[in-house]
Parts: sequence; structure tokens; C-alpha cells
Amino acid sequence: MEIPARQSLPAMKQAPSHQGGQKGDPAFRLLVTATGVGVLVVLGAIIAVMVTGGWKAFATFGPGFLVSAVWNPVTQHFGAAAPVFGTVISSALALLVAVPLAFGTAFWLTALAPPAAASVIGMAVQLLAAVPSIIFGMWGFFVVVPVVAHYVQPAARQIFGHVPVLSALVAGAPFGTGLFTAALILAVMITPSITAVMRDVFLSMPAVLRESGYGLGATRWEVMRYVVLPWSRQGVVGGIVLGMGRAMGETMAVTFVIGDSNHIGWSLFAPANTIASLIALEFPESPAGSLKLASLMALGAILMAISFVTLWFSRWLLARGEQAAGR
Amino acid sequence: MKANNTLMRADRSASLLWRRHMCDKLATAMSWLGMLIVVFMLGSILWTLFKNGLAGMSVHLFTMSMAAPGQPGGLANAIMGSIIQTGLAILIGAPAGLMTGIYLAEYGTTSRMARIVRFVSDMLLSAPSILIGLFIYMMLVVPFGHFSGLSGAVALAILAMPIVVRTTEDMLRLVPVAMREAGIALGAPKWRVILFICVRAVRAGIMTGVLLAIARVAGETAPLLFTSLGNSEWSLDLGRPMASLPVAIYQYAGSAYQDWMQQAWTGALLVTLGVLIINIVVRVGTRGGRS
Repeated sequence: MEIPARQSLPAMKQAPSHQGGQKGDPAFRLLVTATGVGVLVVLGAIIAVMVTGGWKAFATFGPGFLVSAVWNPVTQHFGAAAPVFGTVISSALALLVAVPLAFGTAFWLTALAPPAAASVIGMAVQLLAAVPSIIFGMWGFFVVVPVVAHYVQPAARQIFGHVPVLSALVAGAPFGTGLFTAALILAVMITPSITAVMRDVFLSMPAVLRESGYGLGATRWEVMRYVVLPWSRQGVVGGIVLGMGRAMGETMAVTFVIGDSNHIGWSLFAPANTIASLIALEFPESPAGSLKLASLMALGAILMAISFVTLWFSRWLLARGEQAAGR
Repeated sequence: MKANNTLMRADRSASLLWRRHMCDKLATAMSWLGMLIVVFMLGSILWTLFKNGLAGMSVHLFTMSMAAPGQPGGLANAIMGSIIQTGLAILIGAPAGLMTGIYLAEYGTTSRMARIVRFVSDMLLSAPSILIGLFIYMMLVVPFGHFSGLSGAVALAILAMPIVVRTTEDMLRLVPVAMREAGIALGAPKWRVILFICVRAVRAGIMTGVLLAIARVAGETAPLLFTSLGNSEWSLDLGRPMASLPVAIYQYAGSAYQDWMQQAWTGALLVTLGVLIINIVVRVGTRGGRS
């Protein structure tokens, strides 16, 4: 073993000097660092453009912009309350549907499924996540809306129509479009991404913990409930919050089924608007420099603030979960 | 008395065991139900697309541009526009993402700066795409006074980049230290080691990221509404409004004309098939490579 090393010694002397070998290194380092910093510049520019673009609306309406539910292009009076309300309610409802679905699917994928089936169904879940949002919109409009209009809302009115508080939730003509339908579509859209996060955190748990649970005679559900869930709590919540962030910013799917009405009401089946759908629907009639466009930009700034805080929170939870896993 | 006690205890533990198993059965059933609902949704979407879209598949769809309702027309200009804008977006976004990924994996690693860049890139990955559209509208459409295919491509590039950043960084971290050391021992400068040894070793993985980025931006509609706007005529001019498949679908699906609706469905089928096939290829490919 000594001989080759000694043989290569003269060659090393002839090798290019250290300085020469590093040629081009500082330039490359500068290039990639500049690109990395460019990412920050892009985000900074997005924030700056949204805030300055919406400034005219904030200046005109003051803090009242946030609480006013009026959206009237004729009188040039705009308020953010109705679309913000629609965004929050539709996302919250979507989570109510999506979280149990995603949890059930992740439980099935990690604990119940035979390996071959798990990989096929896992693939199907990923494909559902990859379907473009406009396809969800079309599917929602032509498949889900009629079902809601003909079956779900009439049935809900039959059951809850005479209960004092619940009757307000199901009131209104059965258009089929509205908050409830939008929430259903959003739920289908975010379920795959929540499932993917849940599956990953469930699988990242050391197998020995799971096996100890089974060794003690626990059932599969008990292992999930008392071992896996407590262990992966933060990651699970992070995944749910990530799904919520997606739901709040979703545009095309919601635009098809939300019904386009800037009205705050009790009924879940009434047409409404979310921030994203309002921007998409009203943008064509908002010339550059108009107060309406400024109001849309201001809504964009609000959406940006909400979704960035949500995403930051979910990343923080997921990172903490990973840290806990690494200890 | 004592025997009776034991019997009762056995009875109680049997009922507890029964309850625990019922709980397990119930959870299992619910879990199956959840999984079946998710699969059913995918099936329903695909079935709807095939049922409504297949009828409109014809040569005209690929050879003729969009036309007024009642006139013979196709989606050729929209398909071409989508290809151009997606291609250009990847040409801009993929190198930028690759270099940012290299910065994060090789230079920044755990520095404060790198942590911020990584975090911001993750934010952009999940940021609402409509905001990117508004941003580019203010940056590239308002100053020039008109919508353009180029601005659409830039908006898509911003959406494509974070995906490439993520995969590039993850992949570069998998390169064994011995491989880098071999390069350094040969006297290669760091940039050559990174580009010609590390990146080359994981180029399949990086390609995966690029393909996923293509699949993501090819179906994006919201950012294009404000940037490339859509165009019913054949146009390859990046300085003018440009058609794209998703925007054409959006326009047609909201119309009341039978032939436009048909083309919207067929276009939707095309987009979905394209996106899903890329995804299947990527996932099957990476699974084979990993095991």
C-alpha cells in the first residue's frame, strides 16, 4: 500500500498550484449566491408591488377597507370583508372534510395496506394532487354543482329546515354554487397534499416504536392513536396548516363554483366569493390605474399576508417536527 | 366467592378486549372509506374528462386555431402557446432553480442567509399562483402597456423555480463525500467538482424536478389570466398576447356554445393527460431508481 503513494509523490509536485486549481471559483460562488439572493429579491418585490399597488385603496378607504362588506363598482366603493369572509369560511369547511379523509388515507397507506396496494394507491393520491386546478373547477361545475343543487341542499333543507339555528345555514335557492360546493372542491384538492405530509411523518417514526406497540398487544388503531399520532403531532398539524394555505390561495377551482356574490350571509349554500376568485373574476373589468384595480391589489396584499403567515406557521411546525424526529 | 370474582374479571377483560377490537374494526373501516373516497374522486375526474373529452379528439383540434362559435376551429394556437410559454418558463426557471439549489447545498448550507433563502423558496413553492400573476402584471404588463406571452412565461418561471431548487438541493445532498474528494484530489476547482461531478451524478434526480416543474406550470391558469391574457389567433410573437390551453379552457368552459364546450373538455383532457403522464413517468422512474 505504501508503494503507490510514494510513486505519486513526484506527480503531486508537478500538479498545478493550489491557486491555479481554484480558477473560476470565486466567480461561480458569486453567481450561485447572487441567484440565491435573487429569490429573496423576488419575494421582496412581490410584497412591495402588492402593497404599493393596493395603497390607493388603503388610502381611500382607510382601515374601513378591512371591515366594509360593500363591493360596488358603480359607486366606486370597495371593501374586503366579504371576500375575506368567503376565503376563511370556505377554507375552514374544506379542512373539516379534508382532514378526516387525509388522516384515514394516510392511516390506510401506512398501517393497513398491503405493500403493493400502498404503492399503487399512493401513486393515485399523488396524481390527484397533480391534476391542474382548472380541471377541478370544471369537474366541480359540471359534476358536483348539479349534485349539490338537486340532492344535497334539498336534503339538508328537509332535515334542518325547521331547526331554529341550522335552518339559516341551509337557506336560499338551490343554485348548487356557493361556499359549501367550493369547500367540497377545495377539500378534494388539498386532501392529497395533507395525506402526503401525514404519510411521510408517520413513516419517519422509527419502526421500533411501532413494533413495541404491537408487541404489547395493541391493535393497529391503538398504535396509531397512542404511539404514532402523539409522536408525529407537529408534523400532522404542519401538514394541515399547509393544506389550509393551499385552500385559501386556490383560484381557478373556486372561481367556477363559488357563485360570484359579494355578500356575507349565514347560508352555506348561498353564492359568495373568495379573495382569489374575486380577483380572477373582476380583473378583466379593472383598467390599470383604477380604484377597483387598486382594491383588487389590496385584496391580493391581504391574501398574501394571510397565506404567508399560514405557510410560515406550517413550515415552522414541520421543521420542529423534524427536529423532534432527529433527536 | 373467589371463583366468582375471577369469572367477573375475566368477563370484564373479555368485554374490554371486545371493545378494543370493535374500535380497531371501526377505525379500519373508516380508513378504508377515506381511501376509497379519495380514489373515487380521482376516478370521477378522469371518467368525466374521458366521457366528455374523447368525442372532440380530431385532427382539426391540433391543426386549426380557435374560432368563433359555429365556425370550424381547434386549439392549435393554444397548444402551441402553452408549449412556448411552458418551455420558456423552464428555460428561465430551471437554471435559476439549479443555481439556487447549488448555493443552498454547496455554499450556503446552514448559514443564516441560506436558511432564509431556503425558507423563502419554500414560501414561493406554496404561494398562491394568482399573486404571482398580479405581481408580473404590475411589473411587465403595466409598464409596457400590453399583455404579452413573455410576461406569462416569466410568471410561470417564478412558479417553476422553487420546485427545481428543492429537488436540486435534496439531490446534491445525496452525493457521497468520497466522490467530491476524488474530484478535489484530482486538482479540480470546486465549481468543476460541483458541476461536472456532483450535478452530473444526480442529473436524473434533477431532471425529475424539472419534469415536475413542467407538469406544475403547464396546467396553471390563474397567473396567465393577467399576463399572457389569451389570444384567439395563431401568434408566436412573445411581445403580444398569447393563447394557452388552460386559459382557452377557462374561456370556453364558461361559454354557452356547444362546440366551445366540447373543445374545452377535449382541451381539459389533453392537459390532464399530459400532466398525469409526466407525473407517472417521474414517479415510476424514481421508484425504480431508489429500490
